[in-house]
Amino acid sequence: MSRDELIAATTALDPPYDWPAYRSSALRCPHRPLLTLPAGPTELHGPVFGHHRIDPADADLTAQHAGEALGERIIVTGRLLDADGRPIAGQLVEIWQANAAGRYAHGNDQHPAPLDPNFTGAGRCLTGGDGTYRFVTIKPGAYPWRNHPNAWRPAHIHFSVFGRTFTERLVTQMYFPGDPLLDLDPIYQSVSDAARPRLVSAFDLGTTTPEWALGYTFDVVVGGHLATPVVG
Amino acid sequence: MPGHPTPSQTVGPFFSLGVSWIDADELVDPGRSGAVVLLGRVLDGSGAPVPDALVEIFQASPTGRFDPNAEERWSGFGRCLSDDDGTYRFVTVKPGALGAHSAPHIDVSVFARGLLQRVVTRCYFPDEPDANRADAVLRAIDDPAVRGSLVAVPDGEGLRFDIRLQGAGETAFFAW
Repeated sequence: MSRDELIAATTALDPPYDWPAYRSSALRCPHRPLLTLPAGPTELHGPVFGHHRIDPADADLTAQHAGEALGERIIVTGRLLDADGRPIAGQLVEIWQANAAGRYAHGNDQHPAPLDPNFTGAGRCLTGGDGTYRFVTIKPGAYPWRNHPNAWRPAHIHFSVFGRTFTERLVTQMYFPGDPLLDLDPIYQSVSDAARPRLVSAFDLGTTTPEWALGYTFDVVVGGHLATPVVG
Repeated sequence: MPGHPTPSQTVGPFFSLGVSWIDADELVDPGRSGAVVLLGRVLDGSGAPVPDALVEIFQASPTGRFDPNAEERWSGFGRCLSDDDGTYRFVTVKPGALGAHSAPHIDVSVFARGLLQRVVTRCYFPDEPDANRADAVLRAIDDPAVRGSLVAVPDGEGLRFDIRLQGAGETAFFAW
């Protein structure tokens, strides 16, 4: 199988490993075709996190410090679902993001935008009985990166979720509707046309809390990942 | 939208912010009988270390179970962020057998900047030659070098399982 065929075959749902527009993939993408792993007991079970200490306050990223976080307060909520649309209850959702100025509270972020001492940009929660998660946070800013000349990442929130099984593990990014940077972003563009809208949250007036915060909804559907085996 | 799975995106360079709250590189107490150190380096196509990889493992308990109550504090889940040398390190135990044609194994995910979705591999144990020979997944691999990339090697401290993302000695990665 040629490299082009490999790229085409793995583009069905998830982005390809080898995506030249994303420079960092060049030396990190596997070159050999993926092998088929018949799902056995290890793949059909997954970790549970109920015994970890997860405080409800961990889901409010604006209230983790003494003062108020700066920026546009938002609510981000949705459901964790399997590929059949069934809710996944009691599972872990982790998020991390830049602050309103587009700066991560991370030592390796060199973007000369201000840090906010009242915003770390990390949260977590367990989904409720109907698969619902809900975070209160700050709308992240866009920021520059060095992938190509004048490259800017659209505003996004990183999501890490666990489904019921090892095969349903997913890390992704949530974007905001109408962002002009989406058309220019090689990471967002690495996903097929049909699947791209699934990465974009929806503004929702029903979720919006009057006089307080705009609401966005974003369902995360797990399953089907790495499910297009490319047998070499 | 039910039935329409959410695509993967890269974990990026700053994930430690969101995932390092779990202290899960020791699945069992290092002093426990049967505890084994599982370590290795994540390497890129030039042989350089990947210092910003998120390595997660999942495995059965020593009695071959996944029930979180099967053994005290057993989760079967481990998470480790690679260091500047690309090294990750877990303390775990050999999982129990899961059937006649399944040798003891640990499922491994690697997430990193540059990987738009995780890579998945399996770590088998070098002291299980008979079980490995009978293992359906290993048997399906013709190339002994590819097969060998899935078996840890004894190391001074424990077992070494290097993960080569690309190129010479590239680790076998899976889909299902």
